[in-house]
Amino acid sequence: MVGATGLFNLGHAAFYGIGAYTSALLAKSGLPWPLAMLAGVLLAGFIAFLIGIPTLRLVGDYLAVVTMGLGEIARAVFKNWLPVTRGPMGIPGIPHASLLGFKFNTAGRFLVLAVGCLLLAYLLAQRLLHSPFGRVLKGIREDEVAVQALGKNVYRFKMWVLIIGSALAGMAGSLFAHYVTFIDPGSFVMWLTFFILLIIVLGGLGSNLGAVVVTVGFVALREGLRFVKLPGWLNPAALQQLIFGVLLIIATIFVPRGLIPERKVTYKRGNSRAKSRPTDQRLR
Amino acid sequence: MLKVDQLTKDFDNLRAVDHCSFEVSQGLIFGLIGPNGSGKTTVFNLVTGFLEPTAGRIYFQDQEITGLRPHQIGQLGIVRTFQLVRAFNRMTVMENLLLAPKNQAGENCLLGVLRTAKVRRQEQEAIERARDLLAVVGLEKVADEYCGNLSYAEQKMVEITRALMTDPQLILLDEPASGINPTLVNQILDYIRRLRAEQGKTFLVVEHDMRVIMNLCDRIAVLNHGQKIAEGTPAEICADSQVIDAYLGV
Repeated sequence: MVGATGLFNLGHAAFYGIGAYTSALLAKSGLPWPLAMLAGVLLAGFIAFLIGIPTLRLVGDYLAVVTMGLGEIARAVFKNWLPVTRGPMGIPGIPHASLLGFKFNTAGRFLVLAVGCLLLAYLLAQRLLHSPFGRVLKGIREDEVAVQALGKNVYRFKMWVLIIGSALAGMAGSLFAHYVTFIDPGSFVMWLTFFILLIIVLGGLGSNLGAVVVTVGFVALREGLRFVKLPGWLNPAALQQLIFGVLLIIATIFVPRGLIPERKVTYKRGNSRAKSRPTDQRLR
Repeated sequence: MLKVDQLTKDFDNLRAVDHCSFEVSQGLIFGLIGPNGSGKTTVFNLVTGFLEPTAGRIYFQDQEITGLRPHQIGQLGIVRTFQLVRAFNRMTVMENLLLAPKNQAGENCLLGVLRTAKVRRQEQEAIERARDLLAVVGLEKVADEYCGNLSYAEQKMVEITRALMTDPQLILLDEPASGINPTLVNQILDYIRRLRAEQGKTFLVVEHDMRVIMNLCDRIAVLNHGQKIAEGTPAEICADSQVIDAYLGV
């Protein structure tokens, strides 16, 4: 979604954290998990709305700057609002996610839930991108002024993108909190946001499938690296970041449009449904 | 149809448009000419809401539109093209056109995701309409081509056709002939004339090229230093001594 519209939201870590904390705290006070998660999703979306009011009217990279600021503010709040978030001590003992009495309390069971939520989010994003709404988003990325001249309220469209994207980040945060059952401010740092952006760029801007594939690949790589025996002078964490950095550079040079580029939408005569097919056509 | 009354725009100390008034009636191709920096494009930006006037009023179909935002003006039925083409390059020609129609139900996120019957019907109608319009300008072969891969002239045609998809009453063309070779210019001019004749569209055209403007327009207003110095039919304008001094300059 972000890739399709060209909106630079650097606050993913914040929205992820807001979803996680809201959901965790409510669940600990006895609210069933689905409702707690919903509250986290709604709050993340609502805060995105507040952030959007002043920033989306501005042109250029202001959104990036403000959301990046939000990321830091959110972390500071998680760390210092002791009565609620317990600051650096974090929140332990968060109940496992459960649905209709079924507890997702083992890794395998949780996997089912996570994949389910991923599918849901993927389908949502996919359908949205290929709707008239998504088409306007692509137009905004290409030329905002022209979209306005055609009578579209660009501000309204951007606002929805920001809200939906942030709400989904909130959902991910809730899943995370109810999986590890412990959260602290250290889980929601800027590095996470850049990791997400890296995934989107590598996967191909405007390509939902690309983002999913790259995420799976990355996490596999990251976890896989843990099992490689390294000489003692080599710091595994540093090596990880080094590899990601090199990958990003290689990718921007050799596959600038991402691993799975945005598909070209074509319209066949006599067929009401738009077909997508991959294309290797480069722009002049 | 469009009435501009004592329109004035200051940029700091520069008065770009100075008490400019004119009226464009229905079904006319109205030309706005003047030397570089005489305020033609500024008038366009004022009418379409991209700039706010310092003073003066603008009326469209007897309704005041001064100070409305660009998308509100677009909604009312005034649509413009740009001096430098603003086509959506990484979208196909078809996508460019389909984006344009006003009030698509599927532009609502929820309806867009659900794809209700109304969304599908509107989409189907828009596709038919886009195909018809593309056939008129001979672009149906490149319908599924990325706009960025087309020639500049073709992109201009796409931009005008895209504007048409919004069902406008008034179309503002900012230098439709600039940067295009003479044969293709004639094609574009024919297209504009046809739209006026067959669909009764009204045009306000900013153009540099005197040959084009004399050829195309029914009525012309001449701007110099932001002021209107003359208005009349092409023949009258050609004969006006003030215009000859300011612009034709021979």
